Amino acid sequence: MAKKAVSTESRGKKKTRTRRLPREEQPYQNDDIGEEIRLKLWRSLLEIRHVEQRAYDLFLQNLIKGTSHLALGHEAVAAGFATAMDKNDWSFCTYRGHHHTLARGASMEGVLGELMGRECGLLQGKGGSMHLTSVEHGAMGSYAIIGAHLPIAMGAAWTSQYKNTKQVSVCFFGDGTTNIGAFHEALNLAAVWKLPVVFVCENNLYMEYTPIKDVTAVENPAGDRASAYGLPKIVIDGNDADEVYRTAQSAYVKARAGDGPSLIECLTYRHSGHSRADPGDYRPPGELEAWLKKDPVPRYRERLTEFGISKSVINALDAEVLAAVDRATEISKASPLPSKELIEVDVWADGGVAWRN
Amino acid sequence: MAELTYREAVAAAIAQEMRRDEDVVFLGEDIAAAGGVFKATVGLLKEFGPLRVRDTPISEQAILGAAMGSAMTGLRPIAEIMFSDFLAVCWDMVANEIAKARYMTGGQMTMPLVIRTANGGGSRFGAQHSQSVENWAMMVPGLKVVAPSTPADVKGLLAAAIRDPDPVMFFEQKSLYPLKGEVPENEHIDELGTASVLREGEDVTICALAAMVPRALEAAEVLSSQHSINATVVDVRSLVPLDTQTILSATAKTGRLITVEENPRLCGWGAEIASIAADEIFWDLDGPIHRITTPHIPLPAADSLEDATIPSVSRIVDEIVQKID
Repeated sequence: MAKKAVSTESRGKKKTRTRRLPREEQPYQNDDIGEEIRLKLWRSLLEIRHVEQRAYDLFLQNLIKGTSHLALGHEAVAAGFATAMDKNDWSFCTYRGHHHTLARGASMEGVLGELMGRECGLLQGKGGSMHLTSVEHGAMGSYAIIGAHLPIAMGAAWTSQYKNTKQVSVCFFGDGTTNIGAFHEALNLAAVWKLPVVFVCENNLYMEYTPIKDVTAVENPAGDRASAYGLPKIVIDGNDADEVYRTAQSAYVKARAGDGPSLIECLTYRHSGHSRADPGDYRPPGELEAWLKKDPVPRYRERLTEFGISKSVINALDAEVLAAVDRATEISKASPLPSKELIEVDVWADGGVAWRN
Repeated sequence: MAELTYREAVAAAIAQEMRRDEDVVFLGEDIAAAGGVFKATVGLLKEFGPLRVRDTPISEQAILGAAMGSAMTGLRPIAEIMFSDFLAVCWDMVANEIAKARYMTGGQMTMPLVIRTANGGGSRFGAQHSQSVENWAMMVPGLKVVAPSTPADVKGLLAAAIRDPDPVMFFEQKSLYPLKGEVPENEHIDELGTASVLREGEDVTICALAAMVPRALEAAEVLSSQHSINATVVDVRSLVPLDTQTILSATAKTGRLITVEENPRLCGWGAEIASIAADEIFWDLDGPIHRITTPHIPLPAADSLEDATIPSVSRIVDEIVQKID
């Protein structure tokens, strides 16, 4: 898809897929994104929203154990960047990574099943909520040690550069990550080697429980660091899926052209606490309510209406996605517990775990 | 055969593998234009160019992250960490990321990479540039751990490590870099996870690794000529996988087991071997297992102090005589 974006830009802006649609039924203003992409964004937003809400419900039913870091409120970042990606691109995310894994096309039962510790999980229960991975979808892992995956994403971009495959590595992380050394090591080397990697900061205002502004020397934790690596400051509305999508497109074009990395700060907000254990009551009164007015999902519903997409289409997709989440939930509940035989496999490439003869 | 130094064997192995496989790339600090601070990678930049042999900033997390990210997407990187002590600043990459990725993802990821590093003392560099840390790596599930003692083993085992589909920690003993030895000139590839019996005797089995191997061999000569104690010497070579068959059968033949370890005392690799021997061949033993190690201290810098801490030939001889007689 992003390859199409490249050619669209190079030819000028007007080549859109919406020409194929019956114009007389489409009185809305056409633009560079178009209906087909908008409906993909809408589906992605809904899938994330409904799966995350379901994950929360399953916690309350004690069907999901351990911890989990929901991305409710962050949907537009994942939907926008993933929808603009080519299927061969690689994405890397943190322990708050359900949304990014879903957005690349991993199945809902793969995600929910993994959270529930079931055999149908993406990792057959061996990784859990914080390590969702689906290599076949280019979702190259969720990393639970802050900062680690920035150098790793940069390394994947080195493969792309070395083999000249034009694949882009996209690396998502939180505002808290900008204060750890690996962030700076990765940015510097990616800039020096001009690697095709896009670093995406989801600034949700809190590093775990602490306001990011209380522990960071600059106002924009990612944006204000960009100049140190010769990169432009890019700070966008991370709750606007269209803005995210367009920003992603231009960063991918830059990366594929060999012009090096981008650092993009998306302003967004976590609707829930840091993790399952956190009610988020350190947040000042009114803050959540103010951000809920900018909730990316209802906001995009309005956007679709503005562009003339009928309510019946919008609602039908919502119902379709919700039904799919219901099915995935049932599949996950019915899935057996992982076999104990999985414990002693897959340390080594030969499938085994032997450390001696 | 050609006579190469241990350091020249490093470059020979990397060159051999880079010639046969374009996916092999090499990165680290000062490794390209400077040829390595230990001159172990001289000539590689000239032969393979800056796209395959890349100097990096002083950014160990970026070095190992780049290795991991490129390995999981189709390259076979070799990453150099200049001194093994510096593994401490990128240990997350080693222990949490590289080692665990395959298992945690249910086998979705493959990690064919090598981390080369200069390990151990004898250079009067003090406690932050002299540690013997192979046991750090041995403790982490998911890492293969190799420490060669001869130039031929450097070439053969490093080549094998590069071709291996799993992450390999390759500990080069910095005091051995000037050591000369015969090395096969043609393609040479050894087998990971194999120990070598270098000398056979009937009285005691000495297991040693890296720089302790030549010392154990020299001690065995002294034991034989001056004390009539004939020792078997096993070069362990690989800590993971561990060739327990060779080690245990060599020990069962003599009935006595001595380990000679450069690492500080606690949790040294010899403790694991001692535990396995006690568990599995106890009734073949004629006396207590004995470990000869560096004391459990940070390594001092002064030559006289450093020499008094790392096991020496005379200390190996003395302790064995004391234990056997």
